[in-house]
Amino acid sequence: MFLNQVLQLLLAGVAQGCVYALVALGFVLIYKATETVNFAQGDLMMLGGFFALTASVIMGWPYWATILFAVVVMAAVGMLIERIVLRPVLGQPAFTVVMITIGVGYVLRGVVTMVPGWGTDTYTFPTPFADGTFKIGGVIFAVQQVAVIVMTAALVTVLYLFFRFSKLGVAMQATSQNQLAAAYMGIPVRRVNMMIWGLSAGVAAFAGILLAPVTFVHSNMGFIGLLAFPAAVLGGFGSVPGAIVGGLIVGVVEAFAGRHLPEGFKDVAAYVVLLLVLFIRPSGIFGETARKKV
Amino acid sequence: MRFLFKTDYAQDLKLFKHSGQVFWYATLVLLLLAAPFVAGEYLMSQLQFICIYSIVGLGLMLLVGFTGQISLGHAAFLAIGAYTEALLQARGVPFAVSLPCAALTAGMFGWILGLPALRLKGIYLAMATFAFNIIVVEVLTRWEGLTGGNAGLHLKPIELFGMKIDGDQSFYYLCLGLTILSILALMNLLRSPTGRAFVAIRDSEISASCMGVNLATYKTMSFALSAGLTGIAGALYAHKISFISPEQFTLIASIELVTIVILGGVGFIHGAVLGAGFLIVLPQLISIAKDYLPSGVSGAGLQSVVFGLVLIVFIIFEPLGLYGRWLKVRTWFELFPFYRRGMFRRQKSYMKSERLR
Repeated sequence: MFLNQVLQLLLAGVAQGCVYALVALGFVLIYKATETVNFAQGDLMMLGGFFALTASVIMGWPYWATILFAVVVMAAVGMLIERIVLRPVLGQPAFTVVMITIGVGYVLRGVVTMVPGWGTDTYTFPTPFADGTFKIGGVIFAVQQVAVIVMTAALVTVLYLFFRFSKLGVAMQATSQNQLAAAYMGIPVRRVNMMIWGLSAGVAAFAGILLAPVTFVHSNMGFIGLLAFPAAVLGGFGSVPGAIVGGLIVGVVEAFAGRHLPEGFKDVAAYVVLLLVLFIRPSGIFGETARKKV
Repeated sequence: MRFLFKTDYAQDLKLFKHSGQVFWYATLVLLLLAAPFVAGEYLMSQLQFICIYSIVGLGLMLLVGFTGQISLGHAAFLAIGAYTEALLQARGVPFAVSLPCAALTAGMFGWILGLPALRLKGIYLAMATFAFNIIVVEVLTRWEGLTGGNAGLHLKPIELFGMKIDGDQSFYYLCLGLTILSILALMNLLRSPTGRAFVAIRDSEISASCMGVNLATYKTMSFALSAGLTGIAGALYAHKISFISPEQFTLIASIELVTIVILGGVGFIHGAVLGAGFLIVLPQLISIAKDYLPSGVSGAGLQSVVFGLVLIVFIIFEPLGLYGRWLKVRTWFELFPFYRRGMFRRQKSYMKSERLR
């Protein structure tokens, strides 16, 4: 009985953690390539949710087409943001760049409320997965949760294959390891950076679509992105597998804290874990620890 | 243009470099002292806010602008100052005691938060302060026995040495006095060995430690002092609003506080005051502009869009902030016609990696 309960919570936690992991993945991709922490990642996710909403509700497209549409549009938006806002401040101190992404987040949040048909309302997002459940050995699986987990796993696999085997993926890895060396090898670093922003925004849109049935679509949906920060930091800000693990940890910790600890701990549990991890390992679990040589 | 002829080292340590500065700052102080007799109630209220936010700005400037540490959690210190003040006042502690207590409590928490800062760098530090802010807000919300939870706390007007400070005018003088004291204290600090150690840490931690600056001591000290100043501002803020609740001190508030420093100009004391003024004036300008905009645009989102755009535009086009712009304009006039475009250009325009490969 107890084991079932644990498994049940684990499932809920993992499903929620997948969304955090995807947002965290977006952070990490951008951080690895450009050493910028994108505080607007949550807002990109929100925007992706709205594009998906437009495609599915207003235009009545099928689910897969919706996903494709949102991801492609958001990828374009991401590249545009990189080109217009981020490139001029390339090479400035990290804090400045963080502030500029915070500014981008503010603008996105505000613009969404101005678009006719979007506004400040909350929308439900229809999915083809029924609210059904099925039972395996005493553990109840919600179709919704399983779908989220499966789709995340699929996306992560695709991304893994992309980074491992495609020319562009390898170029992105090279850029994120050493920009100068990558440039010497003939990789157009700036264009690759732009594409990484596009990729990251696309992943954010995907996360937004997965999150939409849970939190609904509204202009402040992006604040969920704040929970992905602990995820990214836990994993160590430069590590893609770390982001996934961090996201799952945050999701599971949150689920268990909500069940077994007094009310209120659920919302801060992730941050408490974050502070503890940072005390013990200052650059995250999977982070690189190196000292600067003079 | 004025050329200073320095004849002894003590001149480098003077708070005011020349008589012109003394004259202009004295004029400014006199004008501010005279303000209550001219300005209306609304303007006075705005001036009080500018004073309070200036103190926060000074605290953040010490940390961000002069020690080079990042904090996205200063609203938490503001909250700690405000709640300390509210709780002490409710227990009958006089303001003359409770204000230092608010500063000390906030400073103590700052010191505690400074401890991880010894090991954390850059973005990880930002995350730690950010997590701290969220935890503080949650504690304030949930600890209903002490803080009243979401219902918040009410404050009575200040009583200082038997005088009741409840009018706009007297509270304004209190805020102004504390702001001027904070500015003088910060200027004094920055010309002392402690302040120089802070700046050394900002410019390069490794060279600072090579020169014998104890990083641990000075970083925690910077955090504590910064939080202490913010705590003072928090106490004043609590009295200004006369009602405090956790949602005034969220992460959004922290981000707003940081924008004071960014918009004003990182690394200038003037920047803290200018940034605070700008942050207070901006919403007023927006609400004026709303009357002239089509109804679709002038909704709730307008403020957020303008705020974001201002932030982006400043960082791209004027990284030195308002004070930097003023410096440039002044230099242009002083050197006329010899001003060159690159005079304030920062040297580092290449990608500066914090990763260590």
